[in-house]
Amino acid sequence: MTATARGGNGTAPLVSVRNLKKEFPIRKGVFSRQVGAVKAVNDVSFHVARGETLGVVGESGCGKTTTGRTILRLLEPTSGEIYFEDRDVRAMGTRDLRALRREMQIIFQDPVSSLNPRMTVGAIIREGLTIHKLAEGTAADARVSQLLQEVGLRPEYATRYPHEFSGGQRQRIGIARALSVEPKFIVCDEPVSALDVSVQAQVINLLEDLQREHNLTYMFIAHDLSVVEHIADRVAVMYLGKIVELATADDLYREPLMPYTQALLSAVPVADPKARKERIILQGDVPSPANPPPGCVFHPRCHHPAKDVACTKIVPPLEEKTPGHFVHCIKQPPTSVSWEQQKEVGGVHPPERYLPLAAVHA
Amino acid sequence: MSDAQTEAMVLDVKGLRTVFFTNSGLFKAVDDVSFSVRRGETLAIVGESGCGKSVTALSVMRLVPDPPGRIVGGSIMLEGTDILSLDESEMRAIRGNRISMIFQEPMSALNPVFTVGDQVAEVARIHAGIGRKKSWERAVETLALTGIPAPEERAKQYPHQLSGGMRQRVLIAMALIMKPALIIADEPTTALDVTIQAQILDLLVHLQKEFGTSILMITHDLGVIAETTSRVIVMYAGEIVEEASVTELFARPHHPYTEGLMHSMPHIGHDQERLNVIPGTVPAPTNWPHGCRFRERCPYSWELPEREHPPLYDVGAGHISRCHLAREPERRNHPHQPLVVQEGVGAA
Repeated sequence: MTATARGGNGTAPLVSVRNLKKEFPIRKGVFSRQVGAVKAVNDVSFHVARGETLGVVGESGCGKTTTGRTILRLLEPTSGEIYFEDRDVRAMGTRDLRALRREMQIIFQDPVSSLNPRMTVGAIIREGLTIHKLAEGTAADARVSQLLQEVGLRPEYATRYPHEFSGGQRQRIGIARALSVEPKFIVCDEPVSALDVSVQAQVINLLEDLQREHNLTYMFIAHDLSVVEHIADRVAVMYLGKIVELATADDLYREPLMPYTQALLSAVPVADPKARKERIILQGDVPSPANPPPGCVFHPRCHHPAKDVACTKIVPPLEEKTPGHFVHCIKQPPTSVSWEQQKEVGGVHPPERYLPLAAVHA
Repeated sequence: MSDAQTEAMVLDVKGLRTVFFTNSGLFKAVDDVSFSVRRGETLAIVGESGCGKSVTALSVMRLVPDPPGRIVGGSIMLEGTDILSLDESEMRAIRGNRISMIFQEPMSALNPVFTVGDQVAEVARIHAGIGRKKSWERAVETLALTGIPAPEERAKQYPHQLSGGMRQRVLIAMALIMKPALIIADEPTTALDVTIQAQILDLLVHLQKEFGTSILMITHDLGVIAETTSRVIVMYAGEIVEEASVTELFARPHHPYTEGLMHSMPHIGHDQERLNVIPGTVPAPTNWPHGCRFRERCPYSWELPEREHPPLYDVGAGHISRCHLAREPERRNHPHQPLVVQEGVGAA
């Protein structure tokens, strides 16, 4: 079974993505000839079940934001399929797409640049109501007040401008704007990473309350692993444009199987001076997505003891190792890439289960 | 203070006040802050945006932009010299030499038109008075110390050719080349990814052990503090609200703000249903409230914090806290809704 075939709780997924690719051309010279491409999202498949929160984590440049924007078609995918409730998002024309945007919204990372400084808060929130012809006149005013209250702001704030608010309040305005059109699905692109710790907790709680009240589905993109563990039901880990591990939050944090996830989790500083933790320090930097390594994208930095030549030759499938736990690694058993196939390309170490973090997050 | 104590003290800040003159009024960014850094120790200042931690660091470097900012009071003793009494040329001889700084954003702290080797060597050329060839050699040596692979080649490259983690290593090399008494690291890993952050923190801890340099670490990340420092100062609204050793602080946070900060962070492996929050926001810096500055967001506040600005109380084991709870500790057992929530302005 592939990662996309499985709908959460047996229901059809709200969003499903198959073999999604997004490349950004690299142009050079007087004629802007294309000399290469940055493979920002490189063959990614997953689904988001109705009512769940799918967390997407990874370091800068791993393609997590591009994935989110491509699903909403804020960026045009290079290839692949995107379905929203069985509707083909890629085949949609301008008019269908506009109607779709009522159902799919986004909350941006930077609450300063994502709000128009010349519009009042009320006008910002009202815009969606007008465009989608949801409310007019006093009905719209009433809806704006209601939305402001819902995100924990006072209705009087509708007449003020974004610069009069703190970062946390601005993020609440962005949330009210997303909610105004009663969407089913919201891509939250690093919604709390620009906020201070105490304010971050307020916004996370608000997002969780709203999800419960409105039966929302979230794709929650973040680089902060502890925030994602808190908010997500399932988590996808991305590295160099690939999903390298996908599992329930419980499984992923308790028993990360992909060596990259293991290193990522071990690198998070723990706010407890008495905690003794084993740390896997990755050597070097993430390679350039314009020229990703052949085979497994993580092999140059991998610390799996069975790593060998086979890892540089075979692109690992994202395969199910234990129920619901998908991993991109031919050295973590069980694997569909048999030991014979690995030996054929020069492999010397048979797959072997490797769990260096067993005790770390126990 | 005895001579031995002064000797062990690299930096001693007393009653520091730094203000900014802005259109909306006088902004007391740092309001009567005193602390000291001993030789070879790492002291962290933690707090949220606008608490005054970065302005404290800039004040110690004498880099507060004037106007609009100015240091209006206190003393800053660096190895026994009051640097507030120095003129700019004397200060320039100290900066980068006895005291140096690592900035948050390595790209904007490096000059894009010079090679990184040049920029590291320049520090040695100016302060050690050595020639181009010698200073270049020393730059390459220092770059090697910070774990940059192939330092001879890397030194000839420009900042844009290096990754974020490598640039941060270059800044560390610049800060380290003169073996200063004190390095101020202002959010040194905030702009970096978590795996690179781990590399850089590891490097700082290692270099400190090797050279015995004191580090003043400015950060908002309690995790970074727990892993790298020995003593912590918590700042809120321009002043110190708590100071303790790192183990003591995490085991027994005394100030309700520190307590709130620790509880509002999600922890890996300890998932709770709902995150605790500190309601409300930091008050405006042009108008710190009368009495305790945290009072309106505090779940324990009563008449005394409203009437009286709390001093720093000694709560034992080298632990100080700016909270009247030190006088009436039993009140901690009876938390209530903070004022901002009662008035319906709890949203930040």
